[in-house]
Amino acid sequence: MSWINILIPGILLGGYYALLASGLSFLFGVMRIINLAHGSLAVLAAYAIWIMADRHEINPFIGVLILLPFMAMLGWALHRLIFERSLKGGALIPILSTFGLAMLIDNLLFQNFGADTRSLAPYVDSLAYDSWELPGNVYVGQLSVIVFVTALLVLGGLHLLLAHTHLGRRIRAAAQDSDAAQLVGIDARRTYAIASAIALMLVALAGLSLALRTTFDPYAGPLQLIFAFEAVVIGGAGSLWGTLLGGVILGVAQSVGAHVHPQGFLIAGHLVFLIILIARLYVLDRLAVGLRRLRGGSQ
Amino acid sequence: MSLLQINELVASHGLLTAVRGVSFNVEEGEILALVGANGAGKTTLFRTIAGIHKADSGRVMFQGKDVTGVEACRRVAGGIALVAEGRRLFPDMTVEENLKLGASSGRKGTWDIARVLEAFPQLKKVFKSRASHLSGGEQQATAIGRALMSNPTLLLLDEVSLGLSPLAVDGVYASLQHLIDAHTTIVLVEQDLNRTLAVAHRIICMLEGEIVADGKAADMSREQVMEHYFGTHRSTHGEAVA
Amino acid sequence: MSMNNTVAVQRWTRLSIASISLVVLFQLVLAFAPLFLSANAVDRLTTLFIYGILALMWNALAGYGGLVSIGHQAFFGLGAYGAIRLADAGMSVYPALFVAAALVAALSLPISVVMLRLRESEFAVGMWVLAALAHLLVNLDPLIQGETGTSLIALNAYAPDVRRAYTYWTALFAMVGLAWWVFWLLRGRLGTAAQSIRDNEEAAASVGVRVLSAKRTLFVLSALGCAVAGALWVATTISFQPKTYFSVQWSAFMLFMVLVGGIGTFEGPIIGAVLFFAVETAFGATGVWYMIGLGGTALVFALLIPKGIWGTIESRFGIRLLPVGYFLKSDRST
Repeated sequence: MSWINILIPGILLGGYYALLASGLSFLFGVMRIINLAHGSLAVLAAYAIWIMADRHEINPFIGVLILLPFMAMLGWALHRLIFERSLKGGALIPILSTFGLAMLIDNLLFQNFGADTRSLAPYVDSLAYDSWELPGNVYVGQLSVIVFVTALLVLGGLHLLLAHTHLGRRIRAAAQDSDAAQLVGIDARRTYAIASAIALMLVALAGLSLALRTTFDPYAGPLQLIFAFEAVVIGGAGSLWGTLLGGVILGVAQSVGAHVHPQGFLIAGHLVFLIILIARLYVLDRLAVGLRRLRGGSQ
Repeated sequence: MSLLQINELVASHGLLTAVRGVSFNVEEGEILALVGANGAGKTTLFRTIAGIHKADSGRVMFQGKDVTGVEACRRVAGGIALVAEGRRLFPDMTVEENLKLGASSGRKGTWDIARVLEAFPQLKKVFKSRASHLSGGEQQATAIGRALMSNPTLLLLDEVSLGLSPLAVDGVYASLQHLIDAHTTIVLVEQDLNRTLAVAHRIICMLEGEIVADGKAADMSREQVMEHYFGTHRSTHGEAVA
Repeated sequence: MSMNNTVAVQRWTRLSIASISLVVLFQLVLAFAPLFLSANAVDRLTTLFIYGILALMWNALAGYGGLVSIGHQAFFGLGAYGAIRLADAGMSVYPALFVAAALVAALSLPISVVMLRLRESEFAVGMWVLAALAHLLVNLDPLIQGETGTSLIALNAYAPDVRRAYTYWTALFAMVGLAWWVFWLLRGRLGTAAQSIRDNEEAAASVGVRVLSAKRTLFVLSALGCAVAGALWVATTISFQPKTYFSVQWSAFMLFMVLVGGIGTFEGPIIGAVLFFAVETAFGATGVWYMIGLGGTALVFALLIPKGIWGTIESRFGIRLLPVGYFLKSDRST
């Protein structure tokens, strides 16, 4: 048993977490909302793709393409009905409303689909189990690699969108200062609604990956939210590439934890989250202040 | 018909009423200065005209149309631009990006990046720099340039010389001459009374959210304006010393 | 504010004096309830008191400290776990409930140092992670046997009737004690700090209101209260399954009670607890539809009635039954 065989699956798992967290991170970066229904929405997307595969024999990879425009519309609607109103109500309301939404989604899913666990793995031949052999007797799961590459593409695409397109500039402007954005003629409401639509399309991809990698049930959402949140916070809230780093650190920690103790998978993930949180609060912040002083600048 | 008509406008922050029933008109091509101490309600009035502050009551009419309930971004498309207090640039973006965003409303006109750089030549060398790295004068020039990119019919300037060195203020005002020559309608708030009297056609003095004087700049002396500024002509406490 | 107004600061109104007297009287009546109520009614009231404690504590933190936690099931579960551990070590059951809660409160102090540095939703989910971690760690204890759980066997030392009455009194005592404690805290310096946190936290900090110490007090108090509630829950149900106790559902219940009753009001969480209790009694058997209803109601209240029932009544009619804030009584003298 070599460390490579623990490390590589951990890094690839991190790709899944980064993909899962991308929507959460994006929405937080734009609107400063942590959508507590994020995990539940991913599970909702997983069920939608599962229905298409199970009842209508639509390949999950086609299914997710069909789903994307609907998720975008859902994102738009969620913004108009919930996020926008919550933001006006102060700092606490978005937490309360999105948590209520999560409860609603989880239990409606349970009402419709019952407690059975599902998976999309049976609908993609043996992709979920196939692996490539690398030199040195190292195996990597094909699906894990695909998910990791998807995460890279998604984060890279988001980066290009934000840095180099007119829409991206508008989104950044509205995120930095919504009043100033309005004053230069940007419709901040519409921009936020578009950002929500993008976030929900990312959620659809996360839901697909979740359902291909493993099994899910109606109450799987909250744990996915916690994973996504941990990845976002570890990587530095609101930063896209930080989210990838955060996902990888979380994945590796869980992978190592699982190797150390049968129950170590989750415990290690949570512990690393807390350790990094404490480190950031007490060590890194001071380090940053010190560096700034050394440079002598105020900016 | 006046370009801008303000009718019995009331605006407040929570319990504090900042603008108390203000009415005035602005004619096309006019340069109007709003004068008053801090807290007189000028900034709130500007924000309400621009649409990022909600009016409690009263009306804002622009080119004969009631825009009181219209969102700020639509007012920009209609031709109202505000250079807000504190400049409100997007700090992480370059001068170029800030200027490009100024054209978001898609309003047609003669202003483009080339013309802004002509009017504010100091921006040429910092064109690719982030806004947060600029000097105060350069930031202010970017903010005005960004507002001009929307080709406004009415330009509202809130304290454009605040925090700038005298030299930088000269630069900004020299550039404003371009607008004045082009007959852009301008309403400005300025603490420097000498400059205000030099540039404005008309002066409105505000005190505690109300208009206390309104007249041609040529008819007002510096001392008269100062009296209204501090409200010394109608109250006995308060010091008339600058 | 104009100069020609005379303003008097008022705390006690005639209405509030009357309602305080009624509250005290009602509490005395409740103390004698086991003597004349049926066993089932006593059990149900005990449950109601535990809901009351949870609502009061969550409101103390969210309504006065401005901190929404989705992870207070951590303290609920740890309170129960602590009681089982202490009873297993030979401590008498009822004292063990309180000692366990005190230990959890002590543990919450170092936790608060880290968690209170987090802002808003980061705090909310950060607490949730903490609860998940606490759950996993408790599962590692051989006494608990993982998700199988264990029972508070020591309770068998009491006859069922005696046990029922003892648990009832303990719950009543805990709820009344915690409620008066919150009441007393809010009337002191902490009340002023809490008010400032609600109005504008940054401004409050800049004028020297000790925001952080107020938040820490409320955090530790809420941990203590939730731990007492957890310990009492295990005393009523006897069985301890980690999954049930560390479930995020407890946070959902607390959020529901406080949000519907009226966040940041003293009376709100009590009304919310009674309402939740009634809803649970009526619809709890419908299972998932009941949970759908709770989620939907929470969402609607958050978006449309964020002040909750009591907050809306208070602001519409300007009445306050329990005098925790101050009123400005002004007479126009012109």
